[in-house]
Amino acid sequence: MSESATLIIWRGTDPKSGRWESHAVPFEPGQSVLDGLRWIRTNRDPTLAIRFSCINANACKECMVELDGKTVYACTERLAAREMKIAPLSNKKLVRDLVTEIAPPGERFGGR
Amino acid sequence: MPVEPMHAETDVLVIGSGAAGMYAAIEAARSGAQVLLADRSLIGRGGATVMAQMTVAVALGAETPDHWSHHYDDTLKAGRGLCDQSLARLLCEEGPACIRAMDEWGVGWARKDGHIAQAMAPGHDRPRCAYVDFLNTGPAVSKTLRTVVNKIGAIRRAGDLCVVDLSRDGGDIVGAAALHLGSGAPVAIGAKATVIATGGLTRLYRRNSASANMGGDGYALALRAGAALTDMEFVQFFPIGHLAPRLIGMDPIMWDPFRYKLGGRLLNNRGEEFTQSYGVVEDGKYVITRDTGSYAILKEVEAGRGSPHGGVYLSFQHVPEAELRAAFGPVIDRLARNGIDLTRMPVEVAPIAHYHMGGIAVDDAMRTGLPGLFAAGEAVGGANGANRLSGNAVTEALVFGRRAGQSAAAHAKRISKVGRAANAGEALALIAADAGPRDLNTAAMLQTLQSTMQDDVGPLRSAGKLTRALARFYDVTQELGALPPGGAGGAFDMRRLEWLDLRNMLLVARAVTQAALARQETRGAQQREDYPRTSPEWAVNQFVNLRDDKIELSRNAAPAEAAAS
Repeated sequence: MSESATLIIWRGTDPKSGRWESHAVPFEPGQSVLDGLRWIRTNRDPTLAIRFSCINANACKECMVELDGKTVYACTERLAAREMKIAPLSNKKLVRDLVTEIAPPGERFGGR
Repeated sequence: MPVEPMHAETDVLVIGSGAAGMYAAIEAARSGAQVLLADRSLIGRGGATVMAQMTVAVALGAETPDHWSHHYDDTLKAGRGLCDQSLARLLCEEGPACIRAMDEWGVGWARKDGHIAQAMAPGHDRPRCAYVDFLNTGPAVSKTLRTVVNKIGAIRRAGDLCVVDLSRDGGDIVGAAALHLGSGAPVAIGAKATVIATGGLTRLYRRNSASANMGGDGYALALRAGAALTDMEFVQFFPIGHLAPRLIGMDPIMWDPFRYKLGGRLLNNRGEEFTQSYGVVEDGKYVITRDTGSYAILKEVEAGRGSPHGGVYLSFQHVPEAELRAAFGPVIDRLARNGIDLTRMPVEVAPIAHYHMGGIAVDDAMRTGLPGLFAAGEAVGGANGANRLSGNAVTEALVFGRRAGQSAAAHAKRISKVGRAANAGEALALIAADAGPRDLNTAAMLQTLQSTMQDDVGPLRSAGKLTRALARFYDVTQELGALPPGGAGGAFDMRRLEWLDLRNMLLVARAVTQAALARQETRGAQQREDYPRTSPEWAVNQFVNLRDDKIELSRNAAPAEAAAS
């Protein structure tokens, strides 16, 4: 049995001039918010920027976003049949869309 | 808008920061080299290591008397006659030293009566597998190495740096060209020695147990630079990957430690144990090896005796709740939050792509055929032959990482000045190229590749399926074109990154499929339905080279022998 979530996603590279985008995402109960974001990339818009590597294990800790104003891991938050507002972390520097600068300063590449 | 390339220079460039890459960086720095540790994601959090929830095989002799030669015998047996014996020997002989080093660095191996606990695992002749409770082996290994790396000033860490091509000066490797994801800028890296520690290729499959950054990058880098790959046809499927009910926050290989500790029963949809029909009597114990397990499960499904989601059942219903709690307390609670009560229900499991036995061909100093280029960890091919013994992956990462770091540092010491990269301009131009607005859905193309590999280049293979896969890869390669799509540009341009990933993944997919097609027999992880027998004349390793964008296969007379043993 498939249900549908509405993901309202923040897009842009400048915190002051972004936009909200809405996508209806079909899901099976139990699926994660990250599953929904990956579905959008494959089926609607491959330019949507998100970061993750482990997909499901909550091991890489890369997929942190704000869901309805609360910081969550997209891989452990479940999709629900309602509007879900997803924004980049507001306390980190914005990179693009849902991607923020989360690496510790000593691990960022800066040239020579 | 053209982006100016950035530059970096180092003695040793290590690509990838799983256990192999981090150990290589540590050892190279200890040998006096300046190191640049690059990873396409965060440092020390991606790759396969952090996902390894299971065990580490090593002949410590802590649980029962043991010697590396027994571990070696089991490794060769599991490899079905194809192990590179010098690599297998290195893995087994130096494993204990690396495991003890990790112990001193505070990894926290589980203890029993004061000694490091060692569990029994399939394919081993005695209890040999160390672990960190609960299901925490990989994360603990990653964290421990990360902490050591962070304390060494000679190691510069560079996350979000995706290496796109190696740089050549004649036949020598002199660094690499990379895409800095954080800015979108191309980066020219000069290095006296380079270590590929990018892991395997499980991302090529729709159902896999590793990170999204395990797309065979290192194999493609090595191939295009002129190095040889070996045993590419041997992809290990982990037989009991979690299938249903949907579980979040857990890795799909989590049932392995459950089976180590508690046995468990594999059942078909009639509620019957079935492994005995495939020659393995389990009787509540975990003895079935990975190649046989995957085969048995897929054959049950094919015969209509599978579970609703297309796997089989794994049941612990016969295990008392107190025993479950004692073995996996906190995990039992996480399962409960996912609606799973093991005392009342079985779970569904099915084979998932887990590990790649094949990889870059190296000698026992981790040298490739190209001066200046080394490899470590899962990126190396040969040590595990046609089927990897359980528990050998983390051991191999540590041992080969350490050896590669030493070799790379020694090589760098002999070179006074970094060579001039003859081909870097080409790679830097590709990274920044803009083919204009093309309506290219790279995410969907990636999914097509993964489905093709899963369906046609999975554990059960035939000439028909493999040929169909090659035709599909040809089509996707044509669609991909010669240059990345334009558009977003700048930081985290996902289509550009995926275009570069597809360039690698399609090349590696072709290498796996062509090697699988050429091997007209069934052996270990390669199950050919049209050639169901193991053929003595195929007791050889295949090698892959790239010439004029064509995959060339060759083979040796027999697997590499160990030096006098």
